Amino acid sequence: MSRREPQIETSPPVSDEVRKTTCYMCACRCGIDVHLKDGKVAYIDGNRDHPVNRGVLCAKGSAGIMQHNSPARLRAPLRRTGPRGSGEFEEITWEEALRTATDWLRPLRETAPEKFAFFTGRDQSQSFTSFWAQAFGTPNYAAHGGFCSVNMAAAGIYTMGGAFWEFGQPDWERTKLFMIFGVAEDHDSNPIKMGIARLKERGARVIGVNPIRSGYNAVADDWVGITPGTDGLFILALVHELLRAGRIDLDYLARYTNAPVLVNGDRQSAEHGCLLRDDAGTPLVMDRATGRPAPFDRPGVKPDLNGVLERDGVTHRPVMHLLAERYLDAAYAPDAVADRCGVAPARIRAIAAELARVAFDEAITLDREWTDFRGETHTTMTGRPVSFHAMRGISAHSNGFQTARALHLLQILLGSVEVPGGFRFKPPYPKSVQAHPRPHAETTPDSPLDGPHLGFPLGPEDLALTDDGQPARIDKAFSWENPLSAHGLMHMVISNAHAGDPYRIDTLMLYMANMAWNSSMNTRGVMEMLTDTDEDGEYRIPRIIYSDAYSSEMVAYADLVLPDTTYLERHDCISLLDRPISEADAAADAIRWPVVEPERDGHAGVRGFQSVLCDLGARLGLPGFVDGAGAPKYADYADYIVNHERKPGIGPLAGWRHGRKGLTHGRGAPNPAQLNSYIANGGFFVKPIPDEAAFFKPWNRAYQDWAVNLGLFDSPQPYVFDIYSEPLRRFQLAAEGHGDRQPPDHLRGQIARAFDPLPIWYPPFEHSASDTGAYPLHALTQRPMAMYHSWGSQNAWLRQIHGVNPLYLPTKVWHDHGFAEGDWARVTSPHGEITVPVAHMAALNPDTVWTWNAIGKRKGAWALDKDAPEATKGFLLNHLIHELLPPKADGMRWSNSDPVTGQAAWFDLRVRLEKAAPPAESRPAFGEIASPVGRGPAELTWKVGE
Amino acid sequence: MTDLPETTDRKLGLVIDLDTCVGCHACVVSCKGWNTENYGAPLSDRDPYGADPSGTFLNRVHSYEVEPEEGAPQLVHFPKSCLHCEDAPCVTVCPTGASFKRGADGIVLVNEADCIGCGLCAWACPYGAREMDAAEGVMKKCTLCVDRIYNENLAQEDRVPACVRTCPAGARHFGDLGDPDSDVSRLVAERGGMDLMPEQGTTPVNKYLPPRPRDTLGTGARAAQAPSLEPVAEDAQGWLGWLDRALSRF
Amino acid sequence: MHPAPSVIVFTTLSGAGFGLLFWLGLGVPDVRGLSAFAFFVIAYLLAAGGLMASTLHLGRPERALKAFTQWRTSWLSREAWLSVAALLAMAAYGAGLVFVDTRVPWLGWLGAALAAATVLATSMIYTQIAAVPRWHTALTPALFLALSAGGGALLAGQVTAALALLALAAVVQIAWWLRGDGALALSRTDMSSATGLPGRVRAFEPPHTGPNYLLREMVFRVGRKHALKLRGIALVLGYLAPVVLLLVPFAHWLAAVAVLAHLAGIAVSRWLFFAEAEHVVGLYYGMR
Repeated sequence: MSRREPQIETSPPVSDEVRKTTCYMCACRCGIDVHLKDGKVAYIDGNRDHPVNRGVLCAKGSAGIMQHNSPARLRAPLRRTGPRGSGEFEEITWEEALRTATDWLRPLRETAPEKFAFFTGRDQSQSFTSFWAQAFGTPNYAAHGGFCSVNMAAAGIYTMGGAFWEFGQPDWERTKLFMIFGVAEDHDSNPIKMGIARLKERGARVIGVNPIRSGYNAVADDWVGITPGTDGLFILALVHELLRAGRIDLDYLARYTNAPVLVNGDRQSAEHGCLLRDDAGTPLVMDRATGRPAPFDRPGVKPDLNGVLERDGVTHRPVMHLLAERYLDAAYAPDAVADRCGVAPARIRAIAAELARVAFDEAITLDREWTDFRGETHTTMTGRPVSFHAMRGISAHSNGFQTARALHLLQILLGSVEVPGGFRFKPPYPKSVQAHPRPHAETTPDSPLDGPHLGFPLGPEDLALTDDGQPARIDKAFSWENPLSAHGLMHMVISNAHAGDPYRIDTLMLYMANMAWNSSMNTRGVMEMLTDTDEDGEYRIPRIIYSDAYSSEMVAYADLVLPDTTYLERHDCISLLDRPISEADAAADAIRWPVVEPERDGHAGVRGFQSVLCDLGARLGLPGFVDGAGAPKYADYADYIVNHERKPGIGPLAGWRHGRKGLTHGRGAPNPAQLNSYIANGGFFVKPIPDEAAFFKPWNRAYQDWAVNLGLFDSPQPYVFDIYSEPLRRFQLAAEGHGDRQPPDHLRGQIARAFDPLPIWYPPFEHSASDTGAYPLHALTQRPMAMYHSWGSQNAWLRQIHGVNPLYLPTKVWHDHGFAEGDWARVTSPHGEITVPVAHMAALNPDTVWTWNAIGKRKGAWALDKDAPEATKGFLLNHLIHELLPPKADGMRWSNSDPVTGQAAWFDLRVRLEKAAPPAESRPAFGEIASPVGRGPAELTWKVGE
Repeated sequence: MTDLPETTDRKLGLVIDLDTCVGCHACVVSCKGWNTENYGAPLSDRDPYGADPSGTFLNRVHSYEVEPEEGAPQLVHFPKSCLHCEDAPCVTVCPTGASFKRGADGIVLVNEADCIGCGLCAWACPYGAREMDAAEGVMKKCTLCVDRIYNENLAQEDRVPACVRTCPAGARHFGDLGDPDSDVSRLVAERGGMDLMPEQGTTPVNKYLPPRPRDTLGTGARAAQAPSLEPVAEDAQGWLGWLDRALSRF
Repeated sequence: MHPAPSVIVFTTLSGAGFGLLFWLGLGVPDVRGLSAFAFFVIAYLLAAGGLMASTLHLGRPERALKAFTQWRTSWLSREAWLSVAALLAMAAYGAGLVFVDTRVPWLGWLGAALAAATVLATSMIYTQIAAVPRWHTALTPALFLALSAGGGALLAGQVTAALALLALAAVVQIAWWLRGDGALALSRTDMSSATGLPGRVRAFEPPHTGPNYLLREMVFRVGRKHALKLRGIALVLGYLAPVVLLLVPFAHWLAAVAVLAHLAGIAVSRWLFFAEAEHVVGLYYGMR
């Protein structure tokens, strides 16, 4: 009998239509193909043409269909009916909601705009939301960078005009050794996976530095299981080794950094330690050609790394001398740091040797001619094929700013930034700190703010202080407590507003920020602050407006909820004015557009928050949101995206603008059909960088001209890297008693120490503030690859992958405490206590425990059952972390953050633990909140097509 | 149709690179999405928002900790789906002919219209590649995206399994393992691709590439002999002298 | 393996039922008329009732007839054919005994052979599964056949045969348990062969924190810690008690108790047959 096989349909129709938009399941902003059948979302995969993901897509992206169909989606504007935190609401119309918001906000703008605070979380429209807040006139606006990675961003900007992730990326095609610090999987996600794949295809190697060997560290060829908070010390030991052996790129340092710049050596001067400048204010170097001082950028100058200027009996030395003096010190020798870092001296030495070997012995050369900013033409481009990437693991420590600076110092010493095979910037970066704005905080009733909220102070004069020296902002950003808080300090807003320090506010508006749960330190305390009342029964924070697409924990704490759309139902622009999707070889931006219409049958429906802001802005008569006659300027956010001009010819989107002769890119007049062009092009726009402009961008004339042409700058902005940071020195000088603006006495010591103009390492504050004997373990969180913050738990597919989160314990702790599978532990920090399930992990730093981030959920949130494992076994480490450190001997409580930027020091956490009898559910447990959207269905058999 | 073909014209399958897989679950969810909407019944989920969510998945990523004789413990992410065995025990046990192995390409499939949901094929599979769908009552398994790889409605470059198309880490490769000159066969030859549970006698088509050696820089018994850098000078003064000499060479 | 009640009931009852049919087919006891009717009713209730129970675990029982198509490769399909053939042959044979007081020996022998073959086919469904090393042995059909013959003899009132066969079955049962406890190790399938990874391999995180079909069906571990106690109960009820009861002077109620004890003991043994069976897929989950 012959085999007869069933006949299978191998060529079924895949979809009626594919619509290409941008993912929002995390912050990567990959391009997605949304397959539709009968107008419904049938399947989502990656857009092959998209510069970010080239067709691939992560678990979250593919699960977008379940996010779009989530039962946790809000359906109508909500007005609170029960007490705050109860989750009891009534649905209202949009007109009622908008009128309510307008009635609350208008009097504030007319009298005291600072009494309105507007903070956004995972907002990808900060250029727009900040523009709106500026027009409103409040100084109190920021996004979530203060508790995310401002250390990384600010250290990069202050050192070399850009940092990792959105600012730049390794030269994936050419790098031969890739070293990654403190990255679980976040930022960025798919590009790093794709990059590692490219490396491994070529046999290039990866070194992972992370206390936990998961994710990228699991595939790293070498893993350095470093002790948390000591990355800076480890990096400076590598610097020590490289310097001592002379394995640094002297030519690069001399040409492209301030290593040869002379430092004012006059101890009597108020400029002591600042850069020596000529009358035009240009920093001076000694010219090897002439032996005399010269402006660093003068054509033909040969900056001398070893040149010393003797003038008026004072010796002015180059940065290079200060650098050598500091890092050649035996204090940075591998043997001296090994124990603190938890890395053996031989391993540190071997890694330094490997970095040097690959950078110098395997150097690569491209035959591409280019001309530098001094006018010198180079016939080739020499590359050091070593590249680095780092993220929150080194950033979220109280020494994170200087640690990130140390890492930049390392890659600059190797000459591997902006060279073939090294780390490369992505337009609009590189952009020097001088080219960035300064912060603004001056309010005038009924008027816009005096400038953009956020910026990069170059000295104490740029701080956001009131006339009496008090913080001008509710989050105390740009104050002496954290002068360079370039992203604001969202994590301080609620506690400061509750305390009335520096002042009381009236209305807090939050967008996409789950502050009542996983986005706050001291979660229980924050919930109490949000519900705390004055003696008269009025809430301490009188009004809270919240916008979110989903029934998150924060919704329950709002008085007015403005329901947002899902990412497939909305317009967005991923703008060059904001956080674009550029590549090292191209400028790029992108859009989201409603590939399906928002439908919430039987309810008032949802609106994109940005469109709601356009409406609110018009109702409030904000400049920029009304026309000359006072009529609304923008019908919705799409209208704004197309027609708004930040300055003439420059709008949110760079592609397909109106030029004098037809369509053009970069600079041009608004084009009413611009979004159609984006849609036709797959949702994005890419402008490649010419070959001769693709490397050495800060110093490359061709790149600078290209950037001006595209509208990134108005004029060429070449600069050299600030190994030695003069702005930091200016704050140090103030702490030493110089200048009009000086820190309060209790902060002088901290500023003098932390604002060292050369990278330093000091132990994380919590480690010195708490008794490390009593709290012997470090406790960390990592974001799982298949979850993004709290969003993933409403996703039927993703929550099956990560429905609970054990606390992972290293082998010694596991055995010492006699733990077995299924056990629980009581975990105590100086601030709090939790009782949670534990599991064993061997590939872990021996003094570190950790868990996955934001799996734990509040009962009743996210349309989940109250018995969902996320609510009964899942937990947050947040309860163990406070925004303040334990009191010092004098009773003062210092901020649990980096003293330079204010970055929340999540990863400084210390704990102890003991075995505990398994409780009925993890502790602390909170009551159930009412769900404004009900519960999800009991079964899913999701199939759109026949 | 549960007798196995004597031989198949091609041996289509996957090669999974354990050196590169970062454990992101992209393949898991992409598979879930494609196969929920396409071949056969949707992959259902019970109690999807409740206390005990449990759904059908055709591909799952395990993770293992490996403690070598010497050196740091390692973590290996390990995706696993149907291996499309040449001697597939799941096929021959099927009483209805629902399970079959295609003669043309060796893909093992379930014809859901014939499946009575007895579960015997899942018992027979040593790899856990088959899952009974609780809503539909039939056996689900990896189809190697048979409705993608020949699908004329897809662009040529998209005619690969969904998991392969989506994998960001390049850890999944698709091709004809019966052709010794195919890219996948070469990869298997170069990297020492291996069978899972060879002693079970299933002769899997899918192969796994082992992780490359880890932790070679300054660790282990020979750490002391690891390369390190030679200082150019003993003290700071000497170092500045070296700097001067070095700069004069430019 | 998950000890599904439907499958335990099926194999226990139909094993005994086909065992009784086997003896009836051989003409032992040689019964006619009402007495034959009573025996055949019992045999059919057990055999067919067990078969009906077995369809309860099907995902799509309405398609059960499709199971007859793959007799060339599938033991389950063969079992379907053989059971139907046995029941039909024995129905014709039984009709002769009950209604026309006629015994057609060749038909009885055919029916007996088919009944035995049905039990063999049932046992081969499990025996063939290499992924469950505990089952993958010639002792499995030996055990099923011995038990079926012994249980059948017990039901057929064949004291001597029952005594001998139950004793034999007990020996096979013990041998099966002893071999089974080392079967996974004997199979050479372990974490190393499952993953191909060198060194000491330990399952770290499961692929999903939620449960799944494989774990429910193949990695059943509940109650294994009581295995030894349950083995004792199975031995006492299933083997020892019937033998003792057969040795005391005959009484109908004692015979009934012996049968019930036997069936209960074999049900316990069958529960263990599944619950103790380690599927090698458990290794991927760090379980067995």
